[in-house]
Amino acid sequence: MDDHSQRAPADIDAVTGRTTTGHEWDGIRELNTPLPKWWLWTFYACIAFAAVWVVLYPALPMTGATGLLGHTARGDAERDRREQAAAIEPMLARLRAATPAQILADPDLRGFAMAGGRMAFANACAGCHGAGGQGAPGFPSLADDEWLWGGDLAAIEETIRHGIRAPDDDATRNSLMPRFVADGMLTVAQAADAAEYVLALGGRSTDGASAIRGAAVFAENCASCHGERGQGSREMGAPRLDDRVWLYGGDKAGILRTISLGRNGVMPAWESRLDAATIRMLVIYLHSLGGTEQ
Amino acid sequence: MPHDVIAAAAVPPVMRGAMRPQPVYVETPLRAFAVATIFWGIAGFLVGVYIAFQLAFPVLNLGLEYTTFGRLRPLHTSAVIFAFGGNALLLTSLYVVQRTCRARLLGGDDAAWFLFWGYNFFIVIAATGYLLGVTQGKEYAEPEWYADLWLTFVWVAYLVIYGGTILRREEPHIYVANWFFLAFIITVAVLHLGNNMALPVSFAGAKSYGAAAGVQDAMIQWWYGHNAVGFFLTAGFLGMMYYFVPKQAERPIYSYRLSIVHFWALTFLYIWAGPHHLHHTALPDWAQVLGMVFSIMLWMPSWGGMINGLMTLSGAWDKLRTDPGLRFSVAALGFYGIATFEGPVMSIRAVNSLSHYTDWTIGHVHSGALGWNGFITFGVLYWLVPRLWGRTQLWSAKLANWHFWIATLGILLYITSMWVSGIMQGLMWRAYDHLGFLQYSFVETVAAMRPYYVIRALGGVLFLVGALLMAYNLYRSVRAPREANAALPAATAAA
Repeated sequence: MDDHSQRAPADIDAVTGRTTTGHEWDGIRELNTPLPKWWLWTFYACIAFAAVWVVLYPALPMTGATGLLGHTARGDAERDRREQAAAIEPMLARLRAATPAQILADPDLRGFAMAGGRMAFANACAGCHGAGGQGAPGFPSLADDEWLWGGDLAAIEETIRHGIRAPDDDATRNSLMPRFVADGMLTVAQAADAAEYVLALGGRSTDGASAIRGAAVFAENCASCHGERGQGSREMGAPRLDDRVWLYGGDKAGILRTISLGRNGVMPAWESRLDAATIRMLVIYLHSLGGTEQ
Repeated sequence: MPHDVIAAAAVPPVMRGAMRPQPVYVETPLRAFAVATIFWGIAGFLVGVYIAFQLAFPVLNLGLEYTTFGRLRPLHTSAVIFAFGGNALLLTSLYVVQRTCRARLLGGDDAAWFLFWGYNFFIVIAATGYLLGVTQGKEYAEPEWYADLWLTFVWVAYLVIYGGTILRREEPHIYVANWFFLAFIITVAVLHLGNNMALPVSFAGAKSYGAAAGVQDAMIQWWYGHNAVGFFLTAGFLGMMYYFVPKQAERPIYSYRLSIVHFWALTFLYIWAGPHHLHHTALPDWAQVLGMVFSIMLWMPSWGGMINGLMTLSGAWDKLRTDPGLRFSVAALGFYGIATFEGPVMSIRAVNSLSHYTDWTIGHVHSGALGWNGFITFGVLYWLVPRLWGRTQLWSAKLANWHFWIATLGILLYITSMWVSGIMQGLMWRAYDHLGFLQYSFVETVAAMRPYYVIRALGGVLFLVGALLMAYNLYRSVRAPREANAALPAATAAA
């Protein structure tokens, strides 16, 4: 303190020629430099901008205060959505009025439906069926001509609308693969024989004796849905078993697990989630993706 | 000595203070804070690098709940902000307050040791909670009620110890660094209490429910979140800057008046800017607009600190060639300027409609965190750590230069990749094709960002490598024989 009183009120800094404030803390002093002009005026400009902005835009904590421009964020969003809907409406109207066959016959409509279907697929379906519709274990590939419930335009539309085993849709596609071992209908040995027979259907059995025993089990338990030669049934959504396309894995362990514990995959019903035009576009897109079945 | 003209080069200001008697300052516990700063920094950078790679290579989640991105991400943010940044702030505030007040710390060594163990205990219980899935789900305020209560206790002790030291000061005026540190301590206390009002489900369980709900909860959260940036990462680190930059440059602060005006403008304006985190949400329009205009008014007050720091180097710019610590501090002020300009720009609603929820935000945060908070801390550590151990010389200025350039390259890779990735992401989300359909699905935008995620992670690796070089350099510096430095005046003795 005594030192402070001895010191002059302001030293002069030799480098800048500025006076200092005369204070010193641990050797640190401060210059008496005025505020930089550009800094001060930019600060004022920002404050002026803010003052204007809060008059033009809503800045008062009360309902209905929208500022001079009458702006609301909700209004902005509504306007964007209306403009978007208006831009797309003419083509959508044509699409709604056309049957799927008419859409396919009209190159403009078909291109429009393909573009809309691709985006609807990417947002609604790709999460399970893959970005290219390639499928994943438990989620069928939509990019081949193997269809569990049918691959023509009408069958695809039905599946999308009502889903598969969708709990909230009375018209959903329904069938049940029983839990043969878990529910005591088959022993593990019988199920293993049936699995060996299923391998034999695709020409892949390595244990003839087991496969022959399995044939009887298959005929009694499986053939009613999957067909006598495992050719499958679209009425039941029962997959073909005599090819190399497998939804849950086609090795013996995977087949045995399916027989023992059952499989009942679920697909949502989209009728309540997507509008009719979007479903129609999805149908056109998927039909082209999955073999254009007639 | 009336009207003495000081030739700065001939008579260093530091000599003037030496004429007065000096209290015995608390120093040994500050060494622990320095070690903790370096340790948590490297730990936090490492976790950051790991989660950056997780975004590019999801297999690194390892299929374990403890190592998923969702649990490691708060571990990273808390480790770098509260553990690395917090220990650095405690270290520097306790060092600076004693010297600029010419007063020994209130409570002496015991008080400093309590703050060290108390604060770092909070870090440990918060971090272990994250890994076990204990979280409030509030960004930057994840710790549950028991950790929050403990931190409250430690923080009030910090305020008492820090404020008490100021009250004991022998200097007539309070130095500007202490204004900023005090604003940091008080405001963080208020923010912490406000955002963590919660009712525990039971005293035996970790779970609690917040007092606010819905958009009110969101507003309180971002009032907290934005001011954690404003007062923890800005005001606190400006306090650091106001002491160590003039020390490193050995020059007076550029403008006392600017320091007053920008201090009060910054503290007044920052606190209202939080709603810009909630543009285009359920938050009422008027709050969004106010959040935006306060953010814009904040631009110049933020830059006041940069100007005062950079202009303090007038007459000492040549030191940049020889002092790697000062080089870090100056680069830090540059990044601070970039980030505090980018922030107001991003707060403009029209810009925000593009940038919101994209990687641009991540890049913005990291230009501040890596460039400003990281670099100013590195600059301080290079200056302070040798001195805390009674040495004034760095083991290797060359290695520190390598650190500077490697870390700078890392930051540039990080922020440029996130600018490109974020703007691309925002543009892809809003793109419509000529028929009027959205052009990209969400997952296509994720796939498009992957190369930038890899670049970002590499930037993080460089930043981490730089920090490891610094740790080695500082270790060798404090292990060097004391005699080698005997010719140089120790700051602790002179100050």
